[in-house]
Amino acid sequence: MLRYSLKRLLSLAISLIIASLVIFLVIEVAPGDPASFMLGINAQEDTLNALREELGLNQSKLERYLSWTFGMLQGDFGTSYTYRTPVADMVQDRLWVSLPLAIYALALSTLIAFPAGIYAASRRGGLGDVSIMGATQLGVAIPNFWFAMMLVLVFAINLRWFSAGGFPGWDNGLFTGLKALTLPAIALALPQAAILARVMRSSLLDILNEDFIRTARAKGLTPRQALWRHALRNALIPVLTIIGLQFSFLLAGSIIIEQVFYLPGLGRLVFQSISQRDLIVVESVVMLLVFAVILVNFIVDLAYAWVDPRLRSRT
Amino acid sequence: MSLLTIKDLSISIHGTPILKDVSLSVAQGEIVAITGESGSGKSLTAFSVMQLLPRGTQTKGSIKLDGKELLNAPDGDMCALRGNDIGMVFQEPMTALNPLMSIGDQVMETILLHTDSSREQARQRAEETLARVGLPPEKYSLARFPHQLSGGQRQRVVIAMAIALRPRLLIADEPTTALDVTTQAQILDLLKDLVQDFGMGLLMITHDLAVVSDMAERIVVMRYGEVVETGATKALFANMQHDYTKALFAASAHQVALPENTPKDALLVVKDAIRDYPKPRTELFAPRTYTRAVNAVSFTLRKGERIGLVGESGCGKSTLTRAILGLEPLQRGSITAFNQRVAPDMPAALRSGLQVVFQDPYGSFNPRHKVARIITEPFHLLPNPPRGQERENRISQVLIAVGLHPTDANKYIHAFSGGQRQRIAIARALIINPELIIFDEAVSALDVSIRAQILDLIAELTQTHDLSYLFISHDLSVVRTITDRVLVMKDGEIVEDGETEQVFTNPRHPYTASLIKAAPTLPDVKALTDVSS
Repeated sequence: MLRYSLKRLLSLAISLIIASLVIFLVIEVAPGDPASFMLGINAQEDTLNALREELGLNQSKLERYLSWTFGMLQGDFGTSYTYRTPVADMVQDRLWVSLPLAIYALALSTLIAFPAGIYAASRRGGLGDVSIMGATQLGVAIPNFWFAMMLVLVFAINLRWFSAGGFPGWDNGLFTGLKALTLPAIALALPQAAILARVMRSSLLDILNEDFIRTARAKGLTPRQALWRHALRNALIPVLTIIGLQFSFLLAGSIIIEQVFYLPGLGRLVFQSISQRDLIVVESVVMLLVFAVILVNFIVDLAYAWVDPRLRSRT
Repeated sequence: MSLLTIKDLSISIHGTPILKDVSLSVAQGEIVAITGESGSGKSLTAFSVMQLLPRGTQTKGSIKLDGKELLNAPDGDMCALRGNDIGMVFQEPMTALNPLMSIGDQVMETILLHTDSSREQARQRAEETLARVGLPPEKYSLARFPHQLSGGQRQRVVIAMAIALRPRLLIADEPTTALDVTTQAQILDLLKDLVQDFGMGLLMITHDLAVVSDMAERIVVMRYGEVVETGATKALFANMQHDYTKALFAASAHQVALPENTPKDALLVVKDAIRDYPKPRTELFAPRTYTRAVNAVSFTLRKGERIGLVGESGCGKSTLTRAILGLEPLQRGSITAFNQRVAPDMPAALRSGLQVVFQDPYGSFNPRHKVARIITEPFHLLPNPPRGQERENRISQVLIAVGLHPTDANKYIHAFSGGQRQRIAIARALIINPELIIFDEAVSALDVSIRAQILDLIAELTQTHDLSYLFISHDLSVVRTITDRVLVMKDGEIVEDGETEQVFTNPRHPYTASLIKAAPTLPDVKALTDVSS
């Protein structure tokens, strides 16, 4: 298990290096001059030169790559061209919104999807199964921004249980923070829960047809015991894969929901910096998101090994 | 008084009758075998005792264990009986165990479920049981997972789970069908021993008459969901009443009439062939390590020769086959067919001389193609494939040659039974008149009566088409009748090479001898009849 983890860690490091190279090459080197791209086509020559100087564009590419990566390792992501503040600080503020939101949404979606998927699989073809599958169909079909607006309409405007948007920050206490994230988390969790429940159900149904479930029944286990003791863990592997993918998406892909609830999250930061051509921020945030995705994959790999002994001993 | 009594059991699934008035009984300490071909309802009979039947099943009649009615008993009662009073062993040991649970936990689960023993007591009992089935805990730790055991060892674990609580009745559904002959012999011995030690009744389901005659005290022969004949093993074989029983026996012992051959020029020359497979990397930068699947194999197949290749699973016979077909490269040595080098990049013309018939008649056809398209597939290897009327003629000829009708060319594959599909597979190989055909376990998935027909077909085609072939099989009795020379393979090497009859009657290599000894044999009916009369 330790060897397995170390090997996964090594592959994580290699992936990060490759990713950083790709991002660097695409953004800094590929088409034309970043400085003129950032300033637009009507920029003055001396302004361009000043920016090139500031960005260190007159250095060689290798030097620039090295100073960028080593800077990041030390927490220095450079300075935003538009806001004139260190990127690290900007990202940190946003991360404290996006990360809890992603975890919150994922927890909700798992809490809904697991019982729903397990229940549907155990009642295959029955009324419960059909209604849950119908509901998940609906969950996948409803656009989440519309669902978010409906949530605002009902719970913020009519019932006044939650505020309609904005984020007060964590300084006002955990509860206040969580409360502000609740509606967005529900809006994000719904379609994810629907997908996850379907995966859980079909994965369980596959496993329930396996020979070893019949063996378990021949031992004297009831269908319910066979499901909980033998099927569930085996069914978990595809489910873990989906959870990993969903987390990466929730972290970076929640831009529409952030917009609806007016949350200062990472998605909005990327959107704003792209429209303001703030390449330094884009580069850093993309790198950060890549890092998050690779890290989540690493954790999912460890989870696979925890579930499946065949992976542990293969190394 | 019988331990298990099944009386007039009828089962239908979604309205289709599957079992009709089946009656049989098993006494304490008795081994009863149900035999028959696929679709005879023998497995369903076994599962009905466990009351583990598919949904939509209607049952009629009675199944009594020690006088207690099992049919339609509440599932709660059955759960208390399963694993405790009735144990069950299944056909496929590779999938019968939960891959994520240690073998110790899986055996302990049976014990913990039905008794109030503590985990420690259960562990002890699991250790004893595993030791009893031949997996002593000193060598096979309880913490092992199924993937760390071989097929035979896994079957022992399944047996341990079934007998941990010394059930009164053990049901074994084709317990050795998926195993090699030597492993099969060990598992059958183990089951016999357990029956004797524990005084269990054993209800065994098997399609293999040779296994039946070796194991069972009484036999129940089934066909189309009905019992056609039943009786004490020896008496039944000595005096078979029903035509079906006779036919089944005859098919199992079927001998084909292979025409005489006069080997001519060498067709296929395998010389010091070595095939290595890379093992999965264990270290990122460590040098690759290799498994040698085929180790310095040499033999020559002459025109007109019919050679058998036998060996147990993992001996390298499939790898060798793929290399001969030019599907995989050799690491060293050479294979030449018709004086040309065989390799993955060999010309199509060479491939057209080498055709193959595979094992699985269900998986080796594209279900969306019609038979005509399937069997003319090898035509693309020819520079000038026949077209129009000539193509039609060739299709008709080859379909007639394999015992089908020319109109079958316009049907889809799902319209055919397993045996008919294997005929189509032979037609596909035959249509471009290859010099050499490779039969890769071509009759292993077939029922005995169908197998006999296909073997006859091969013998007949040998006569009419002057065939040479390499017949790969794990089934010794088949190889014995269908080949003139046999190669015995073990651990990637050919350990014996000789005339078939010679090798079977007088094996020189100890491994060959052990294979022949382990293979179950049909009783000599003549001897039995003489004794009883």
